[in-house]
Amino acid sequence: MRPEIFKMVDRIVTIDPALKTIHCQGLVPEESSIFEGHFPGYPIMPGVLLIEAMAQTTGWLILARNRFEKMPFLATVKEAKLRTFVVPGQNLDLHSEILHEGSGFVVAKTHTTLDGKPICSAELTFRVLSWPEGRMKGTVLKVAEHVQFPVAEYVDA
Amino acid sequence: MSSTFDTVANIIAETCDTPRDTITPESHAIDDLGIDSLDFLDIAFAIDKAFGIKLPLEQWTQEVNDGKATTEQYFVLKNLCARIDELVAAKTA
Repeated sequence: MRPEIFKMVDRIVTIDPALKTIHCQGLVPEESSIFEGHFPGYPIMPGVLLIEAMAQTTGWLILARNRFEKMPFLATVKEAKLRTFVVPGQNLDLHSEILHEGSGFVVAKTHTTLDGKPICSAELTFRVLSWPEGRMKGTVLKVAEHVQFPVAEYVDA
Repeated sequence: MSSTFDTVANIIAETCDTPRDTITPESHAIDDLGIDSLDFLDIAFAIDKAFGIKLPLEQWTQEVNDGKATTEQYFVLKNLCARIDELVAAKTA
């Protein structure tokens, strides 16, 4: 995990687009510029970045379901609960499950655990839109390989 | 059993904190009720769930953008309810 550049997912552990579920992991780094301000001498992961981690986890699942045809963008965060502090060195398990796939949007229920204990949770809604012009899709595909997204299975050549 | 309109109006009232008695079959969801696209995602989610359908929002938006349809055809509530009834009928046919 490199929160300072919004890289919140280290790897996809399991993904099952048919069953609409995904499990990812992200190791909170010992060092990050994020912790210079949050907070000086008392580093904890900002809650908004935990939500971002769950959003990115869900994003990979949506991309697998639509075979990289369209890009999910976070639109709504509901029922967000940040149960406990997350500190450097902790390896988070990020889970997401799609509740509903509408026309141009997806609703998902997502949660994070640490050693099986609940850390945070939220219901997220995404707009799912055509890829913007430019290099975004190519960049996301490169990141997909880094997080062990099964590109061969879920991206058409 | 409540009508399609009652269900939709109740969803809008609850989702958008709009007084229920201001929502009529003639109301335009956007122009009269001030529902924006983000709120409409919540409404579409609730309608999809309530009726077991998938509102074809992308298709409708495309038709409006292409000038092939007007927003009134899809977003005046009586028309929206008629579309919902068609989708429900198609599902059970």
